[in-house]
Amino acid sequence: MKWTRRDLLKGLGGLPILGAVWWAGAGSTVHNRRERNEILEQLNIRPSLPPTVPEIGGEAVRVGIIGFGIRGEQLCRALGYATEEWKEETRLEKEEDPNNTAMEDFMKQDKLNVKIVGVCDVFDVRAERAINSFSTPENKVKRYTTYKEMIHSGDVDAVVIATPDHWHAPMSIEALNNNVHVYVEKPMTHTVEETYALREAANQSKAVFQVGHQHRQTLSFSTARDIVEKGTLGHVSLIQTNTNRNDDNGAWNYDIHEKASPQTIDWDQFLGNAPKVPFNKNHFFRWRKWWAYGSGLSGDLLTHDYDRLNCVLNMGIPASVSASGGIYTHNDGRNVPDVIQVNMEFPNYSTGSSQVKGKEKGMTFCYSATLGNGFNRPTILMGHDATMELGNNLTIWPDSASTRYAEMLENEKMKPHIPIYQYNPAANVPDAISSATSQYFADKGLMWTYIDGVRVDSTFLHMREWLSIIKNGGQVSCGIKEGFEEAISAHMAGLSWKLGRKIEWDAEAEKLVPMEGIDFDQVLLANENWEMQNEIISTG
Amino acid sequence: MTDTIDNRKVSISITLLRILVGWHFLYEGIIKMYNPEWTSFGYLASAQGPLKPIFTALTDASIIGWVDTLNITALIVVGITLILGFFERKGALVGIGLLTLYYLAHPALPWVTQLNTEGSYWIVNKNLIELVVCILLYNYPTGHFFGLSYFKQTKTTDQNLAR
Repeated sequence: MKWTRRDLLKGLGGLPILGAVWWAGAGSTVHNRRERNEILEQLNIRPSLPPTVPEIGGEAVRVGIIGFGIRGEQLCRALGYATEEWKEETRLEKEEDPNNTAMEDFMKQDKLNVKIVGVCDVFDVRAERAINSFSTPENKVKRYTTYKEMIHSGDVDAVVIATPDHWHAPMSIEALNNNVHVYVEKPMTHTVEETYALREAANQSKAVFQVGHQHRQTLSFSTARDIVEKGTLGHVSLIQTNTNRNDDNGAWNYDIHEKASPQTIDWDQFLGNAPKVPFNKNHFFRWRKWWAYGSGLSGDLLTHDYDRLNCVLNMGIPASVSASGGIYTHNDGRNVPDVIQVNMEFPNYSTGSSQVKGKEKGMTFCYSATLGNGFNRPTILMGHDATMELGNNLTIWPDSASTRYAEMLENEKMKPHIPIYQYNPAANVPDAISSATSQYFADKGLMWTYIDGVRVDSTFLHMREWLSIIKNGGQVSCGIKEGFEEAISAHMAGLSWKLGRKIEWDAEAEKLVPMEGIDFDQVLLANENWEMQNEIISTG
Repeated sequence: MTDTIDNRKVSISITLLRILVGWHFLYEGIIKMYNPEWTSFGYLASAQGPLKPIFTALTDASIIGWVDTLNITALIVVGITLILGFFERKGALVGIGLLTLYYLAHPALPWVTQLNTEGSYWIVNKNLIELVVCILLYNYPTGHFFGLSYFKQTKTTDQNLAR
């Protein structure tokens, strides 16, 4: 049998094609990887590992819940306690949408060594809901009619405070003075004065104090800290961060319970130090809309963004704050603004510079919020060398005029519109120069945060840290220092909006720069047109 | 005579089609094989349509590694068999299987949001077209015309002649 050249061509002609495709595929992949590794090596960013905490051993921590509303229930779920009502609701939601994994996620959550032993809520329905759902034959959840009674009972080791803002400080201080551990929702305080008093109490107390900024547990933020510290972005001169909401829930118009009445709600206790007004369901369920109980966008939502960035940059309290805005989208009797722009100045802050010494210094933190539009504006850190989008995923783009990356940009190893680094906590590895595809998936939030294959809620991590430190000692991630900075910054923003003036901070004296004839706390608590608004509410 | 020329033209056309489809499969497989960080996680996690739960289940941490390896192997096997014209019918079958899965994970159905598509599709998309091409390649093997199977056929012809 003999093969002619024609035979060989017809029989083996595929081989060179096979070789060529193989060579091209392998070559381009290896080349891309080498270029990518070169950039990654230069950036030298270390993605953060999931937080680990020492075990919460020994006797279960006995926890009392103060305030069992929407947030209170969420915090209890993070502790491993879900109400029967929530379970039923979730079951129905799952029937409608099989993709709803809320229940599975809850069931998969690690069990914390805690026991909810008491509840304190001024609304009977809520207190009873906790008692009915969380009581077991061995552990009957006790209802306390006042927070003081609970704190002094000797039966609780720790309290979780999820009340309206005007109760945060008095309750926290009472607990800390009695060495009862505290987990308090943000904002930490309602007035400037309280902020100092609470700091004093926390510093004097043996108890562990944690402010509920759970995002401090998010892996991407600790990675972002590494990115900024390594000078990846160069000098950051502007931070842009936003709140965009456009629905009733987002505008704090929560449901009003049918059983709410002066008989089922201890109205005087709800009011506390707030101005005495007649019983008002609107005020009770939608307290975030009035300065008497809440703190508006500046205390409620700006604090999230401020603390998120303070966790990454550790920039502290701004030298000055100016704010503007108004009630433009929900003129429904509220007296807190629903559109606000807050500019915080940090004239001496720097994230480092790649240019000549002294050229770059100072940063503005710009918070922009509306409750009348839901378009997603991301958080952006704008540096001389690069721009970073900060969320659950991180994306960094080099700046076309960067000094640090000038050479790589010139050699076209970097291109301004292509990310040089992308981080997503769900992927096995950091991704530089990622494809349009993975960028798309990341943007859509399709990559969840997993720890050991389980989807994890950051509130759970934040509470676990608090409990572990109660048992083992250590430093919480959002303690009194962070809480103090958050509260003062938020109050400065609120004051600036109310006064229409720039509020300054004297860092040396650790005091707001006084304004003649103005009592800051009086301004913060003031409720202009209060009477008129009550009328609108009663007719509306 | 006309028939023979037409047959020849058809064989050349289908052979070309076979080489190009093989080329596409092989390149996709090689790119993934040489990139240890590649994973089908995103593609599967974002799956849509009626079989979404099955594809989502494949993203489980315990099996995603196997899914990735299997996918790369299958892509390369299809690529090699189609380019070389050897076991090409088996290769075409594997190709049909793969493309069916790809199509079902992200079907071009009007009520399903199209992710990452560079064109506009209504029911028919490129995966579906390539799938039908694989059916053609299965039914009309050309390896004996251009490919390793040429030797097999020549050998048989020689034996036939010897008889």
